[in-house]
Amino acid sequence: MNAIGKKKAVPILSVRDLKVHFTLSGTGLFGKERKLKAVDGINFDLFPGETLGIVGESGCGKSTLGRAILQLIPPTDGQVIWLGRDIVGAPHSAMQPLRRDLQIIFQDPLASLNPRMTIGEIIAEPLVTHKADLGKEEIKARVKRMMARVGLLPQMINRYPHEFSGGQCQRIGIARAMILEPKLIICDEPVSALDVSIQAQIVNLLQELQREFDLSLIFISHDLSIVRHICHRILVLYLGNVMELADRDSIYAAPKHPYTKALISAVPIPDPEIERNKERIVLTGDLPSPTNPPSGCVFRTRCPFAKDVCATDIPTVDTINDHHQVACHFHERM
Amino acid sequence: MLEAAGTPQEIEGRSLWRDARIRLFRNKAAVGSMIILGIITLMAIFAPMLSPFEYDQIDWGYIQEGPNWENGHIFGTDGNGRDLFIRILYGARVSLAVGLLATSVSLVIGVTYGAVAGYFGGKIDTIMMRFVDVLYSLPFMFFVIMLMVVFGRNIFLIFIALGAVEWLTMARIVRGQTLSIRRREFIEAAHATGVSNFKIIFRHVIPNVLGPVIVYMTLTIPQVILTESFLSFLGLGVQEPLTSWGVLISEGAKVIEASTWMLIYPATFLALTLFCFNFIGDGLRDALDPKDR
Ligand code: SF4
Repeated sequence: MNAIGKKKAVPILSVRDLKVHFTLSGTGLFGKERKLKAVDGINFDLFPGETLGIVGESGCGKSTLGRAILQLIPPTDGQVIWLGRDIVGAPHSAMQPLRRDLQIIFQDPLASLNPRMTIGEIIAEPLVTHKADLGKEEIKARVKRMMARVGLLPQMINRYPHEFSGGQCQRIGIARAMILEPKLIICDEPVSALDVSIQAQIVNLLQELQREFDLSLIFISHDLSIVRHICHRILVLYLGNVMELADRDSIYAAPKHPYTKALISAVPIPDPEIERNKERIVLTGDLPSPTNPPSGCVFRTRCPFAKDVCATDIPTVDTINDHHQVACHFHERM
Repeated sequence: MLEAAGTPQEIEGRSLWRDARIRLFRNKAAVGSMIILGIITLMAIFAPMLSPFEYDQIDWGYIQEGPNWENGHIFGTDGNGRDLFIRILYGARVSLAVGLLATSVSLVIGVTYGAVAGYFGGKIDTIMMRFVDVLYSLPFMFFVIMLMVVFGRNIFLIFIALGAVEWLTMARIVRGQTLSIRRREFIEAAHATGVSNFKIIFRHVIPNVLGPVIVYMTLTIPQVILTESFLSFLGLGVQEPLTSWGVLISEGAKVIEASTWMLIYPATFLALTLFCFNFIGDGLRDALDPKDR
């Protein structure tokens, strides 16, 4: 499985200059309306069978980006090109058949399952919605097969979500996402609510399914060690803007953006010798309010390398080589 | 990977409803209330078999006589010599039917209306809920009296009038619940799968708001019975010789000094029923939402 080798292939998903702005009504009677730029002009491609990691702190717009791709949140501007067709603003009837191939897995596994439905009904819902002509028996058989595939006992089909553990609930969520054999699954922090011991099981399950069904994954996370484990390419977001987009190996070996450097240097390394001696960049300050982002480079308020030009000029996303893009005025020196 | 070994038995799950039922049946007050209500309901249904008298039969020998086991008028007779026991049971028919029917009307309209408003939100929600506010501000009594004047006294009008008023609160409750539920991730999952709005409302939203709705329903029934009694007290209730608990109480209240039994017996039945519904409502609330206690 080599993502770089696949780069010659046609992307199944292209996101072009995607923006999602929310209007917040002002406080008080004459309060000014404020714009929240959750996602502000993002570009990337996703290739078949690839896993793209989207990382960033909470509040950087990564979940919004995932939902905007699925049109669960209407984008303000830009294009989401799915299999050659722009789906932004597509009417419900046009979106309906595409939903078969686009699925999502959520962060809170229990909250993503309707507590009043049996897990058989939950997993069957996409089938009932898209392939109602299959008939009851066939749907049930497929649900049981998928349950076995994701590691659930098929005889649990009539149980309810609250009777399962968090990890099992996430398997139910994965079974529901997989039952139509989609082409893309957006995983929105799928393991961050789970125990560490279970995280690995779920991540491995996702990888197995990816290989088996040639699935593309968008893996949203704030945990860089998991992202490193599962993703082929990584997109670093900060305040709704792309900071860096690169292949896994090149981003971990040679991060070009100060923000990426800081994130990577914060990940503990199991070897105490290396851990002690590694260069560490500590971020000071808090994430600025997304309603009032800094001028120029959005990262400048916390960037240890910021110069005057960073406050005035917005850095362009420069392409360093085939598989590395970065948005920083001084990336050559990093 | 786990493989299905042979054909293992499918294990039945414990639904939240079943858990709630178990908790409800552990509540003694609620169970006792259900038994009492059941008995009253059965008595109302089989009323003609329980008494030798007809509800409109006048016994000229015993006009406004007190309770007497020997002549069969165990609860006494009213001012027209009609047996009070059978009249209370016929009154129970009217009162309970009004309560149940009006509440069902309010349930169907209120739940659908509230779920739609809460689910779509935004402008639709604002417009729909303003309409509810406007209806709320209409004086209910005036509304009922108008109906009576235009269409004459009719028991079905009472159903409609009461249902038309009660659904407003139901709609508000359901809307509030829906607002909190529609942000939940399982609704988002249904959207992502492409389930239609209509199906999301009926499959995902309504089953999850039903808890508070059922509780409110058990509290609405006694409220409706009481309102009907009040209307009857004002002389706007059911038509003679048919009767309801409210009518009986109002007749009894007029002669309270001379013949207390005419007030005490119907009032006891009414109070007992109201208590029972309230206990059941309480029990249901605890059973459906154990965290809320
Ligand atoms: S552009 Fe300036 S502020 Fe932004 S990351 Fe680069 S050095 Fe830091």
